[in-house]
Amino acid sequence: MQAKKRYLISLLTGAFLVLLFYFGRVVPGPAATGSRSRHGYNRPEQPWPHFSDPLQHLSPWDHSDTEDYNVHISPRQKRDVNSSVYKGKRCRMQSCFDFSLCQRNGFKVYVYPQQKGEKISESYQNILSTIEGSRFYTSDPGQACLFVLSLDTLDRDQLSPQYVHNLKTKVQSLPLWNNGRNHLIFNLYSGTWPDYTEDLGFDIGQAMLAKASISTENFRPNFDVSIPLFSKDHPRTGGDRGYLKYNTIPPFRKYMLVFKGKRYLTGIGSDTRNALYHVHNAEDVVLLTTCKHGKDWQKHKDARCDKDNAEYEKYDYREMLHNSTFCLVPRGRRLGSFRFLEALQAACVPVMLSNGWELPFSEVIDWNTAAVIGDERLLLQIPSTVRSIHQDKILALRQQTQLLWEAYFSSVEKIVLTTLEIIQDRVLQQTSRSNLMWNSHPGGLFTLPHYSSYLGDFPFFYAELGIKPNPKFTAVIHAVTPLVSQSQPILKLLVSVARSQYCAQIIVLWNCDKPLPAKHRWPATSVPIIVIEGENKVMSSRFQPYDSIISDAVLSLDEDTVLSTTEVDFAFTVWQSFPERIVGYPARSHFWDNNKERWGYTSKWTNDYSMVLTGAAIYHRYYHFLYSHFLPSSLKSMVDQLANCEDILMNFLVSAVTKLPPIKVTQKKQYKETMMGQSSRASRWADPDHFAQRQTCMNKFASWFGGMPLVHSQMRLDPVLFKDQVSILRKKYREIERL
Amino acid sequence: MCASVKYGSRGPALIPRMKTKHRIYYITLFSVVLLGLIATGMFQFWPHSIESSAEWSLDRRSVHDAPLVRIPMSSPIPERGDLSCRMHTCFDVYRCGYNPKNKIKVYIYPLQRFVDEVGVPISSTGLSREYNDLLSAISDSDFYTDDVTRACLFIPSTDVLNQNSLRIRETAQALAMLPRWDKGMNHLLFNMLPGGPPDYNTALDVPRDRALLAGGGFSTWTYRQGYDVSIPVYSPLSAEVDLPETQPGPRRYFILSSQTAIHREYRVELERLKEENGEALLLLDKCSNLSQGLASVRKRCYKGQVYDYPQILQESSFCVVLRGARLGQATLSDVLQAGCVPVIMADSYILPFSEVLDWKRASVVIPEEKLPEMYTILKSIPHRQVEEMQRQARWFWEAYFSSMKAIGMTTLQIINDRIYPYAARTYEEWNNPSVVKWSSVNSPLFLPLIPPRSPGFTAVVLTYDRIESLFRVITEISKVPSLAKLLVVWNNQNKSPPEAIDGLSLDQTHMVERSECINKFASVFGTMPLKVVEHRADPVLYKDDFPEKLKSFPNIGSL
Repeated sequence: MQAKKRYLISLLTGAFLVLLFYFGRVVPGPAATGSRSRHGYNRPEQPWPHFSDPLQHLSPWDHSDTEDYNVHISPRQKRDVNSSVYKGKRCRMQSCFDFSLCQRNGFKVYVYPQQKGEKISESYQNILSTIEGSRFYTSDPGQACLFVLSLDTLDRDQLSPQYVHNLKTKVQSLPLWNNGRNHLIFNLYSGTWPDYTEDLGFDIGQAMLAKASISTENFRPNFDVSIPLFSKDHPRTGGDRGYLKYNTIPPFRKYMLVFKGKRYLTGIGSDTRNALYHVHNAEDVVLLTTCKHGKDWQKHKDARCDKDNAEYEKYDYREMLHNSTFCLVPRGRRLGSFRFLEALQAACVPVMLSNGWELPFSEVIDWNTAAVIGDERLLLQIPSTVRSIHQDKILALRQQTQLLWEAYFSSVEKIVLTTLEIIQDRVLQQTSRSNLMWNSHPGGLFTLPHYSSYLGDFPFFYAELGIKPNPKFTAVIHAVTPLVSQSQPILKLLVSVARSQYCAQIIVLWNCDKPLPAKHRWPATSVPIIVIEGENKVMSSRFQPYDSIISDAVLSLDEDTVLSTTEVDFAFTVWQSFPERIVGYPARSHFWDNNKERWGYTSKWTNDYSMVLTGAAIYHRYYHFLYSHFLPSSLKSMVDQLANCEDILMNFLVSAVTKLPPIKVTQKKQYKETMMGQSSRASRWADPDHFAQRQTCMNKFASWFGGMPLVHSQMRLDPVLFKDQVSILRKKYREIERL
Repeated sequence: MCASVKYGSRGPALIPRMKTKHRIYYITLFSVVLLGLIATGMFQFWPHSIESSAEWSLDRRSVHDAPLVRIPMSSPIPERGDLSCRMHTCFDVYRCGYNPKNKIKVYIYPLQRFVDEVGVPISSTGLSREYNDLLSAISDSDFYTDDVTRACLFIPSTDVLNQNSLRIRETAQALAMLPRWDKGMNHLLFNMLPGGPPDYNTALDVPRDRALLAGGGFSTWTYRQGYDVSIPVYSPLSAEVDLPETQPGPRRYFILSSQTAIHREYRVELERLKEENGEALLLLDKCSNLSQGLASVRKRCYKGQVYDYPQILQESSFCVVLRGARLGQATLSDVLQAGCVPVIMADSYILPFSEVLDWKRASVVIPEEKLPEMYTILKSIPHRQVEEMQRQARWFWEAYFSSMKAIGMTTLQIINDRIYPYAARTYEEWNNPSVVKWSSVNSPLFLPLIPPRSPGFTAVVLTYDRIESLFRVITEISKVPSLAKLLVVWNNQNKSPPEAIDGLSLDQTHMVERSECINKFASVFGTMPLKVVEHRADPVLYKDDFPEKLKSFPNIGSL
């Protein structure tokens, strides 16, 4: 009993203790939370209160200011007022550009004839010849929408030897000047020591500027174009490819961040570079400056100079450029610097330290995807900022540098064409490129908006949009011989192609001098056969973007091609996986002929190939459009005159766009060069000139593209069980093996 | 808590063995403990509920409780907005600091009622419902901070959404009186209806020093690119009417004009278009017979026929959004909500959030003078694109237009992206609706690269028990010239390697296991990511009738 009482008492005490413990915890509770919220660390002390009173709407329901406004001014007058008020530094397309000039003939560019005695720098000469060689060029000022001066305006630094004097009077005396309306002025350098203003030293009137190192304050949005600073050695066409050959994962390189350059010590733009040494750690962040600049650098020399100069000599710029993840691009005297393009090409992600620089082509390029935009004021944060960037992001940034470099910057031609395309997009508002076209592969220059404004009509955006190409193809058969007998290969071809489950229609392009055969001469097929009489009966007409081609895929065929239905089906299923490439049968290769120092063409059986001839190939119909609208008439007329090489040109074009080789698929053994020509074509293929012509074509094309766009491949795509030791019945494309 | 539960659970187990008297003791004891627990529980929750109810009653505050501030006549007026302001010149980035979350902190000034010297308020409406919604949304968001010293961006509580209800000079003085104003540095003003009669400026007329302006209706001449933010004009119908999302596709009308205050000149041109193209166009106007007020807002008429607005917008593929006195129109929001593709005709207008949104994919912009050509221009747009634009328009509304909260958050996110550009939202994040986000494939290796052979490849051999075949694989693979490294993953730590088991892949359980794996993985991915193809890559001359020794990869066919 006693024990039990004691037991009980101890239990009770225990219970009370527990109670006390809880009370104890509870009582100071509110005080603690109260004090916390007073300091306001966790919970906001005074968030926006929820007012209980009925609040008014920001504007009454039935309110409209417009009505009384309407009485006062007509919108047409308003537009006229705007265009007369906003001039000079406030110029916009609406106020300083005459759209009506572009309506008649589209976007045509006129270049003033060069006057004798005027010296023109090499860079400006490159710009002018690019425009003259482009599809925008017109020699008739009456047709022009945009005018480009033949006076060199690139270097407006008075101390420079390239400086052109008396530009003001020269410009004013131009007969078509019209106060600069619809003129485009290119400029790389403006202003001079000590203040480096952005003034060109002559009255540009209402002209647009395509200018390097332009600041956001002076940049007139949607009117000026910011271009990159490029050196006089920048190649005119083609240009070097980016240095990135393969991706490494993880993407880190030896250095995290590098810079090597001059330090100005005093004056405009010197602060940032003077402060770089704070961040330099000689390990993975290597920022080197030298004071050796100009003849009298010793005069301005500061305490750090000797140390900096010594450190500067220790590192090799190119080695750093190639082995760094990020490259610092600080402003120089002017906002832009050569570092920018160098870093971009080297796949070294640029870290911009140039406050107020309107980045090149900022109107269309989303620089956040290819560069780190830093702030000069936050220099000391830069290392931690770049270190905080995730590997995935670095990988994406690095690839984007290459994409942009190759799409818009690698040659003067690309820089100039991008400038013109941007202006064209503004002029033809309805047919302009979307942001996606500019910022993803293959870039805006290869994505022509007047083909279609819908992204899904191009071969490049299927994955991005999450859609698939149209599951049918249109066959285009190029017919050059008259239809005389019922055993002609073209008729067999028609039948076997029409039998394909993916065939939507067949177009016969009648490029024969004889009149069209009667309708009943064509075999009866389940798909419609459309016969089109070729325009001028020239070679290029086989790549015309005919409206009757409704499917995304085009199966291009020669009239004497021998193909079975299975082969057609198989090629098409392969194409569906590679809609941006040429997929087909007859493969050819190119090589560099060391003896002749020119490109060679071979049809021999080799271990690799770089072309798939369009005698039996599937590709996207967009390439018809590109062939007709992107290529210069000089190349197309060469093809027409020779009646040859059209297939090589198509391969050049597609490889230039995709940067990838075509795809060869399996075929029946019998298909050989000799098989290709049975009747008329035999003459073409057997002709020794024919082959020599193709060599010539190759070299001509390569020079226009500014390099060899073709890429070799060692891969052939075969049906999955091709020639495997399993029953033929299990193979879907067994026909391919049979012969 | 744990301790008391233990006591409690021990109690009942002892009870049957004891006498009644003791049992009573134990029951009392148990109930005491239980009571204690209940009491503790109560106390645990009480103070909280007291606190929150206090807060709640505080929240039931009225705007009229806000402190009254009298503006002296001579109080300084800020300078007019500086057109050359940019983030690097007029914005103090040091206040935002470096933080791992890359998020700016936003402070909202407490509400004050400003009056002039004679006691007249500076605004005829005071705090509007929309501005209140906006500020409470911001205060509930991650951006909000109540600590003024840590803030990077300051938002005045003075409502300047509608300039018409403001007294310009006094509002400006009120802004300058804010304790942290400092020449407007890092201050953000929201304005949707700028300008006033007769010429309607396209930006807020209130002098505001260096303050950032989130404005609806900027023109290219007043918008400071990269500094200001162009925002939509909120349509109160967004909250009022629930329009269900419709499937994109062709609709009853091709073009619809629903605005009530279209200038005579434009209405004449629209009517001419209607004559030319007939039924494809529907031109609606105000209903003359209806009384003013909410009812008339929700109705539109054409020749005596009454249509419900905004429902009628869903019946058309394209909807006209013409400029009025102001460039920004609330109609744009209604049109987007209805999934109708806006045809925007307002020269020099900076489209809402154009810094991040790709309007080309959701709208058609036509210069005002091309109004007569509208029909031809719109007809030339491919059907599939119209459908995509309809979807895109609806998505823009849902994400960025649907509420004051959406508008406010988007504005802050845009400013945030400028301050931390390396952590900015991407084009895809801003512009791709979830349908596209799920179906699209963005390869992390998107650059078309054909890597050279020089660095070679690394072979990874996964092994489990079968030593012999492993050695065979290693011997074969090491012959390959481009092999750079061979990595063997030994997957069995416990077992010593037994004799080689032949034909593991023929083992039935093995195949069953692998099928299970595939199903498991597919369920984790939510979809089957593997794609079936019917082709296989072979060397160019694979199995071709060609001398073996001339082939690059002669062995492949013969294995």
